[in-house]
Amino acid sequence: MSLVHNRKVLAGMILLGFFVVIAIIGPWIAPYDPSMVGPDSLQAPSPAHWVGTTNTGQDILSQLIVGTRGVMVVGLIAGILATTISVIVGVTSGFLGGLGDEVLSLLTNVFLVVPALPLLIIIVGVMPSAGGLTIAVVIALTGWAWGARVLRAQTLSLRKRDFVEAARANGEPMWRIIFFEIMPNLTAIIASGFIGTVVFAILSEVTLAFIGVTSISTWNWGTMLFWAQSSQSLVQGAWWWFVPAGLCIAAVGTSLTLINFGIDEFVNPRLRNTAANAGLLRRKKIRARIGFTPVYRGFTSTRKGEDA
Amino acid sequence: MTLTTPIGRSAASASARQPVLEIRNLSVDYGYDDRAVHALSDVSLTLHAGEVLGLAGESGCGKSTLAYAATRLLPPPGVITGGEVLFTSSRDGHGGDLLTMSDAELRAQRWRDTAIVFQGSMNSLNPVYKIGKQLMDGITAHSPRGFREQARLRALELLEMVGIPNDRLGSYPHQLSGGMRQRVMVAMALALEPEVVIMDEPTTALDVVMQRQILEQIMRLKNELGFSVIFITHDVSLLLELADRIAIMYAGKIVEDAGADEVYRMPRHPYTAGLLHSFPPLHGPRRELGGIPGSPPDLMKLPSGCNFHPRCPHTLEACSVLEPKLGPTEGAEPTRSVACLLHDPAVNPGPVPVELGVRPPSKETA
Repeated sequence: MSLVHNRKVLAGMILLGFFVVIAIIGPWIAPYDPSMVGPDSLQAPSPAHWVGTTNTGQDILSQLIVGTRGVMVVGLIAGILATTISVIVGVTSGFLGGLGDEVLSLLTNVFLVVPALPLLIIIVGVMPSAGGLTIAVVIALTGWAWGARVLRAQTLSLRKRDFVEAARANGEPMWRIIFFEIMPNLTAIIASGFIGTVVFAILSEVTLAFIGVTSISTWNWGTMLFWAQSSQSLVQGAWWWFVPAGLCIAAVGTSLTLINFGIDEFVNPRLRNTAANAGLLRRKKIRARIGFTPVYRGFTSTRKGEDA
Repeated sequence: MTLTTPIGRSAASASARQPVLEIRNLSVDYGYDDRAVHALSDVSLTLHAGEVLGLAGESGCGKSTLAYAATRLLPPPGVITGGEVLFTSSRDGHGGDLLTMSDAELRAQRWRDTAIVFQGSMNSLNPVYKIGKQLMDGITAHSPRGFREQARLRALELLEMVGIPNDRLGSYPHQLSGGMRQRVMVAMALALEPEVVIMDEPTTALDVVMQRQILEQIMRLKNELGFSVIFITHDVSLLLELADRIAIMYAGKIVEDAGADEVYRMPRHPYTAGLLHSFPPLHGPRRELGGIPGSPPDLMKLPSGCNFHPRCPHTLEACSVLEPKLGPTEGAEPTRSVACLLHDPAVNPGPVPVELGVRPPSKETA
């Protein structure tokens, strides 16, 4: 509704939208085949190669564009999977209590203390031909525990609230209490958890590709960094080889973070009015804060009595 | 609820007429654009030293909005759109306009000069800290360093003041009953000897016995410590027993401002008269109960002229055109003012209807 009124969110959505579009149409708009070895090796950005070439003459812009899809797909799939697992485990354990809670909490804690990246390396290491989907699943399996922990804590607090007690007293079945009474209150946490997991997944995937654990022949930004590193681009002064990929990773992370800023204002009805009027408040230089009511004397709208 | 005997009404209220909190032409909006609701328009009210000022009216008439706006505690989307709130200490004369103060000045001023006891404020205690710590925290925050031991003594003294045994200092909030927690909140409000204490329906969540005990205690403390109270409630009968002066609010405006006895015996505004006829009196002759027909107006669509005229039994023709201002009553009684065209000789040259007019009080109550 009013999500786009927030300038930060708007910027984040435009940026993310850009990358999503590239991910979809990338293979068709890339000027060259990213794997094609060309005659111009290690060239700085030029009209023919906008972001330069690698030491084997591959076009870096094409690699960036084609590689976007791998990054976005893995990020989104891993994010969705991990969020689903964390919601199921977290909300169930928080709501059930007792033995079920104990077991699920134990499971969550185990996954929390397991170091994610080494585990990823081992799992992916035994499946050298793993594609994007497998990697996404593995990342999701190692990345859901934090969200589950937070959701469990919030559910524990919510299920003692009066409105949940009232729903129970009215005879609402458990599934309805969970999905219609408790879940809407968790939306902000779920959404920001999702965005956090997507960032985590993208970074993990890029890291795995960068250290050369995953297949080095499928293009993504991590693979580019792997080749740049193994060809010692830094020593050769070929900044155009690794800087664009790094910037793209940073830009996606930034866009997701910017969107995260606005999610709470959007989901929480109490904050929505202030958020919807953000532009107006800025123009009138009103700072809406709790505890220090703003004083604004510039209203020109006619009050009753003045127009009588 | 009605208290059977007037409790602790200070006799000094009439002599010490020094204002501590002056609200002048305060206007408050909810919302930021042209569709904003004008919750308060041009409200002026003065609280004198040592006085108990009652604010009464139906739900949604702006009682709480007034109190929170005057202390700048109104949450978004509330905006103060005009007026002044002047605090003047009756002890050393410090003070200023709360609406122009900086955050730091406001924070320093809060609790030390004006304290608030919230509606259902027994839930304002943090459940993980002992009440002693919570009492002492506030005292040390507003005191010089190295005040720890005095703060503890002060906390003990405060608990004793509100009638809680000393050994409760080490209790957690959940170990106390609702009434005790409310007393702790009263004690906390008084910790820094504020000059103005705003009480927003402080006893609504309690049973009548507890209500009475706490109110008696507050009134006793008020006489001992000499602070002033703004007491917000929709329970007019409670105010009649408690308050020195009562301001009746209707649709974001004060319609009548007078001494408690005067309001009870001789209401000057038809709305006040209607309110008083909505509950049975415990003393004096029986009188016919009647309500006020209709319901409070929508603040988005206020009626023209006087806000009360669609429900008023004494409507004049001018009522739907002219907006009454808070002014003198018929006969210009010195201590009271009313916002009603019936009392405006320019509009209503004839006598005011007998139940709103000046009458010998002997006729009223035996």
